[in-house]
Amino acid sequence: MLKLIPRPLRTLIVIALLAVVFILLADRVDEYRVYQGATIAAYVVAIISIVLLTGYSGQVSLGHGALMAVGGYSAALVVQNLHWPLWISFFVAVLGAAAVGAILGIAAARLSGPYLAGTTLAFAVGLPSIANRFTALGGEQGIGYDVGLPPARFGDSFTQYKWLFWICAAATLVAVGVAIHISRSRYGRIWRAVRADETAAALAGINVARSKVLVFTISAGFAGLAGALFSTTVFLVAPASFSLGLSFLILTGAVIGGVRSIYGAIIGAFVLIIIPIIAETLSSGASESVATNLPAVITGALLVLTVLLSPGGTAATFEHLTKAIRGKVRH
Amino acid sequence: MLRIDSLTTDHGQVRAVDHVSFDVEVGSCTAVIGANGAGKSSLLRTLSGLVKSSSGSAHWGDIDLLKLPTSEIVRHGVAHVPEGRSVIAELSVEENLTLGALWRGKDPDVAVTKSEVLDLFPRLGERLKQGADSLSGGERQMLAIGRALMARPKLLLLDEPSLGLAPIVIEQIFHTIDTMRKATGLTVVLVEQNAVSALGIANHAIVLSLGKIVVSGSASDIASDESLRHAYLGY
Amino acid sequence: MQQFIDTLILGVSFGAIYALMALALILVWRSTRVVNFAQAGQAVLSTYIGLEIHRLTSSYWIALIVAVIAGGIVGGLVDLLMVRPLSRHSGTGPEAAVAPVIGTLGLLAIVQGVVGIFWGGEFRKYPAAFSTDAISIGGSRIPFSPFDIFIVAIVLAVMVAFGFIFQRTGLGLAMRAAAFGSEVAQLAGVRTGRVRTVGWSFAGSAGALAGVLITPNVFLAPNSLDLLLVFGFTAAVIGGLESMVGGALGGLALGLGLAIVLQYLGSSFTFMAAFVVLIVVLLVRPQGLLGKKGARRA
Ligand SMILES: Nc1ncnc2c1ncn2[C@@H]1O[C@H](COP(=O)(O)OP(=O)(O)OP(=O)(O)O)[C@@H](O)[C@H]1O
Ligand SMILES: [Mg+2]
Repeated sequence: MLKLIPRPLRTLIVIALLAVVFILLADRVDEYRVYQGATIAAYVVAIISIVLLTGYSGQVSLGHGALMAVGGYSAALVVQNLHWPLWISFFVAVLGAAAVGAILGIAAARLSGPYLAGTTLAFAVGLPSIANRFTALGGEQGIGYDVGLPPARFGDSFTQYKWLFWICAAATLVAVGVAIHISRSRYGRIWRAVRADETAAALAGINVARSKVLVFTISAGFAGLAGALFSTTVFLVAPASFSLGLSFLILTGAVIGGVRSIYGAIIGAFVLIIIPIIAETLSSGASESVATNLPAVITGALLVLTVLLSPGGTAATFEHLTKAIRGKVRH
Repeated sequence: MLRIDSLTTDHGQVRAVDHVSFDVEVGSCTAVIGANGAGKSSLLRTLSGLVKSSSGSAHWGDIDLLKLPTSEIVRHGVAHVPEGRSVIAELSVEENLTLGALWRGKDPDVAVTKSEVLDLFPRLGERLKQGADSLSGGERQMLAIGRALMARPKLLLLDEPSLGLAPIVIEQIFHTIDTMRKATGLTVVLVEQNAVSALGIANHAIVLSLGKIVVSGSASDIASDESLRHAYLGY
Repeated sequence: MQQFIDTLILGVSFGAIYALMALALILVWRSTRVVNFAQAGQAVLSTYIGLEIHRLTSSYWIALIVAVIAGGIVGGLVDLLMVRPLSRHSGTGPEAAVAPVIGTLGLLAIVQGVVGIFWGGEFRKYPAAFSTDAISIGGSRIPFSPFDIFIVAIVLAVMVAFGFIFQRTGLGLAMRAAAFGSEVAQLAGVRTGRVRTVGWSFAGSAGALAGVLITPNVFLAPNSLDLLLVFGFTAAVIGGLESMVGGALGGLALGLGLAIVLQYLGSSFTFMAAFVVLIVVLLVRPQGLLGKKGARRA
């Protein structure tokens, strides 16, 4: 039945349904959950940026936290200084990060595995300190950036958190749609070919270097949007929000969800939200240093366990399970 | 005695060695011949533990070769010269040789072995300090064999020592192997594409095809059987 | 001019420490083809252990020795407990390519978290072996302290010792053979797994020493050595990631370069400078200063 509907339409329908679910959910749960929903939305986009890069081209970046910073700052600057509307600032975030990503990508195209990881690590460590330095960027305090108040016609019960969630969820749904579209396009196929075997892809007439730069640029664009969304949830852009820890965190989300799977990004984002909650529960009553450090320990442990036990991430594990179950049923 | 019984090795879906059984007497030389992809290298690699067998057994004396990790077999007198001039290019010629006897520790006999090897391959002696990557193909093959001999093996597994070498060099290497076997009672399993030369110095021979032994017998019989030569050896 | 010379002098002891970190990364890279991002965590852990020993014994030297030994043990354990199991499933695809990077990063997060749990997040001061005050010769101050002299001397000694081990001993030969031709090494009787673990141990010790030497000049906190990792990696890449001599020169070059950046552009730019240097080296001379052409491929 479902097969009769053309694929792009199916994607749209799924996304529309998701949107309805989100809206209904946002009305049912309490404010804090709504706020978390917005954070999840930002994480989803951030993780998708990793999935596109790592899953579709086999490159590892530890610098996507910094690319998020580029996105966040670009967006905040145009809102603050030029008073551009929020939705345009999202585009600015995408473009700003993509521009930096393109430059990084040119280097990245020539670097394999650990070289790229190390170079982007240096980028992630270096960039926030530059932001610290310039007054135009607000120094350590950063610059304010938020979604503003919800339109009055939505009524009093429509809180700012809800408005924040709406905006983040909408942007995320669009981003997911675009990502799925890209992955199914000619480019997605080219990238997968490059990932599978660079030499064979080159022999088949694919410009491997250009394809890698393109992947990196697009991935950076997603990271930029994620950075803007992420900044709206904390109401400002500041160097401290984009620490190396953030790069690791989104990488964790991608690895746990499965670096090949866009849907896995959603699983990953939920895990990222759950980690601090678990850490909080585990460390209740323990000293402060336990509470502050437990999330990092859990994140690291999840990373190590995932690569040791289920290298494909949860999405792949689900796939195996469903295949196994289907296989059983059929026999 | 090397005793191989029903040995089977798979590379994933590909069965490279298929229920192979044969014995090699101490001090004798057995040639293993066959076309490309017949499973010759896989057989030797199984014996030295570089690939795992699927079933069967392989014993050298009372040592179960299939149970030992690669790094241990040489301590039991088995040296394998793998296919393709396998020397370590980043090391000097001398270091490659020293490496072969590293496990023997401070054994004073190592110096004796080294001078024996250099007597066999004088060209190596002239190039001791040179990087192994600067050697010619034939010199590298000599170095690979020399490295194996540094272990003072009782059983030598040689994988296509003639690969890519000039006929005169091939002859020299085969002559060296033959002399050494006769002089020291070394046992040799010699994998070769170059059937004529191999059969010339071997006592026995087996012919592999698609992982199976299709013919086995004395080297001279096989060399003189015209139909066999046509069917499997291609000359 | 005088100021410029002073700046360069300032860079020497930092450069020596970067070289040490580069050495740690190179040792692991050569043997395992893994850039060990956890090295920053291992070094921090070892340095905290040293600090603890110093508190108990008040002896700089005992603390130093214990820290270096602890670093070696931790390094060996990392190989045994994580890297070996990881290299056992040999898959293909993006997961297999990223697994070691992810694994060592995860370990970095774990170690830093655990260090934070035990020792808290506040900055601590690690003692120096000698005075860190600038020496004056004939009335003019040189920005080089007795402790800096000690740093340069001990790093040189370590380099010479490693050089001796690698070039002149059987263990060193086995390590090089295992790194460059694992199969041939095994056939020659080298127990490559053990040799590799020894390499990880050496690397862990070198990293621990780097941590102990740099913390008196910076501060000790659970993630205070991240920068050392980045600079060590940069130094290693400048040297081509394969060669220890290259790594040492790379460390020195980076130390001098960063000192100049620090002097003339300010501390905010030193971090970015490492990144720029990495990009430039990798694009212009990807095989490193000393590397052979074509040697680079992960
Ligand atoms: N690592 C491997 N993975 C998968 N298949 C392999 C592997 N090594 C060998 N094979 C397959 O096993 C079969 C036997 O290969 P093997 O190398 O043993 O042949 P050979 O007789 O030594 O050939 P040649 O004379 O060309 O060296 C071949 O079909 C080969 O493709
Ligand atoms: Mg072969």
